[in-house]
Amino acid sequence: MSDDNGNLLSVRDLRVYFETEDGSVRAVDGISFDVKRGETLGIVGESGSGKSVANLSLMRLIPEPPGKIASGSISFDGRDVLRLSPSEIRALRGKRIAMIFQDPMTSLNPFMRVSKQLMEVTQLHLGHTKRQARAHAIAMLEHVGIPDAAERVDSYPHEFSGGMRQRVIIAMALSCQPELLIADEPTTALDVTIQAQILELIKQLKSETGASVILITHDLGVIAGMTDHVIVMYAGRVFEQAPTRELFERPGNPYTRGLLRSVPDPTEDEGTLYQIPGQPPDLAHLPPGCPFASRCERAEEVCQKEFPPFVQLTPSHQSLCHFANEVYAETGATR
Amino acid sequence: MLRFIIRRVIVIVPMLFIIVSLTWVLVRLAPGNFYSGEKKLAPAVEKNLREKYGLDKPWYVQYGKVLKNIGRFDFGNSLKYEGQSVNQILLRGLPVSATLGITAYLIALLVGIIMGTLAALKPNSWLDYASMTLAMLGISIPNFVLGPLLVLLFSLTLFWFPPALWNGFPSKSLVLPALTLSAIYIAYIARLTRSGMLEVMGSDYIRTARAKGLSERQVVTRHALRGGLLPVVSFSGPALAFLITGTVVVERVFALPGLGNYFINACFNRDEPLIIGIVAFIAISVLVFNLLVDISYAFIDPRIRY
Repeated sequence: MSDDNGNLLSVRDLRVYFETEDGSVRAVDGISFDVKRGETLGIVGESGSGKSVANLSLMRLIPEPPGKIASGSISFDGRDVLRLSPSEIRALRGKRIAMIFQDPMTSLNPFMRVSKQLMEVTQLHLGHTKRQARAHAIAMLEHVGIPDAAERVDSYPHEFSGGMRQRVIIAMALSCQPELLIADEPTTALDVTIQAQILELIKQLKSETGASVILITHDLGVIAGMTDHVIVMYAGRVFEQAPTRELFERPGNPYTRGLLRSVPDPTEDEGTLYQIPGQPPDLAHLPPGCPFASRCERAEEVCQKEFPPFVQLTPSHQSLCHFANEVYAETGATR
Repeated sequence: MLRFIIRRVIVIVPMLFIIVSLTWVLVRLAPGNFYSGEKKLAPAVEKNLREKYGLDKPWYVQYGKVLKNIGRFDFGNSLKYEGQSVNQILLRGLPVSATLGITAYLIALLVGIIMGTLAALKPNSWLDYASMTLAMLGISIPNFVLGPLLVLLFSLTLFWFPPALWNGFPSKSLVLPALTLSAIYIAYIARLTRSGMLEVMGSDYIRTARAKGLSERQVVTRHALRGGLLPVVSFSGPALAFLITGTVVVERVFALPGLGNYFINACFNRDEPLIIGIVAFIAISVLVFNLLVDISYAFIDPRIRY
């Protein structure tokens, strides 16, 4: 089941704040997005832009305190996740929504055999007996490409390499055939050659099960190759969202344009790489205007004073900028 | 693993040598000796006694004899308790000290781990503050103050427990000494558990466990406790060694016939063989328990290989 628009997940005006000694940090400050069934949504942004916090809140995994989901709604398959009881949310976690974390070296329990860590998921959610769970665990490990799975299933995590551990984590995440898979920078901690293998694996498993995927990354190359739709996040806000192709061909936001320019182009001879000047703002003390204004090459006086509007460029393309239409027109013209 | 154990056992020998030598030197350096009591002995009697115990020989002969004795685990005869060997006294005192020590140890582990875990699960809550305040008190109040206070309240005012008596295990007489002795260990273990658990609860693999849909209780018992209690394990091995080999102050306060009490008396009496015997015994216990802790690490944390 999904809502009228075919959305499996629908996030509206989500705000997640962290109380610190320095004041309230608005890690996620009013974001909205949808994920359709079978779709892969990419979320891209710099470190500290709120990508991970937003996705942890989808499973209500924000540590509270100091974190707090201040307002908004998260509708998963028609039910508001934020209103579920603790036991109802636990029934979702690992079964219908699963997560792959960034660092495979620390995401597995170092004191527990891999077999046990895999088995406890299906014993919990699918009511497997020990024997069933064990057989399932071995099958899942084989499926994610771990050689000699039957022998290696009883190893401890430290006996696997980084890439193999990430495969174990993927096997764990997929063991109950979740409808939504959240992959939080799944390849950031891995070698480049392994990255490609892991991404290929996620792609393949997704096409087999028809699951929706949210892929969080700061690697635009990964976004281009993997996703259908992209959200660009900055300072806890959605700065731009568009179908992946459209975003790369015709960005409607100066920040996205900066990000795209920061990708090194191997065909260019020039030695210097482009970088967006400055640092992301302090989320505890945001300026009144556009949070990107001080770094933006297109900023004018209004950007410092007024918060920008969320401009609808096409039915599926929005941009948070005072000059969204102008930027969109410029990028269209240079094409 | 076997090589590691053998290496560690061999290391015990030089350690023991150093400890015993230092003790012997300290006893000899201190002014006075066994015969310099209030009652002056006739010079002829003292001379005979000194000959009997070999105290008239040059220092290196006496020192050599001490080392030889330890090599055979025979510490010779007590000077004070005539006709009793140090080994007999050790065997008499050890059960008392061990009973008291193990009881206090179990209380400390149970209460300390529960207090520390509860505090870590709700950091900065009233429960956390209450446990840590108690722990702070436990560390700050010396047991020679706590013991008499407990006696005053529970023995002399409420008449619940005897003030000084030894009936072995289990008996009412054990309650106050065990509580007094365990207080500081409860405090240490609670604080170690809290910091260990806090660290583990914030780690990535706990987030993974939660993301699987496990309940908070399953997360703690299945995933967090093992890593969170590692610091407690390294503390509790030597602690057990000290606890069972006699606790000077508590045995004194409650007048229990344990090793600690014998040790104090031996020091007052300048009973050299008994002092060295008890010190060597405690040293061996601590070294052995440390080794046991290191071995147990390999079973608790699969990443550790020797």
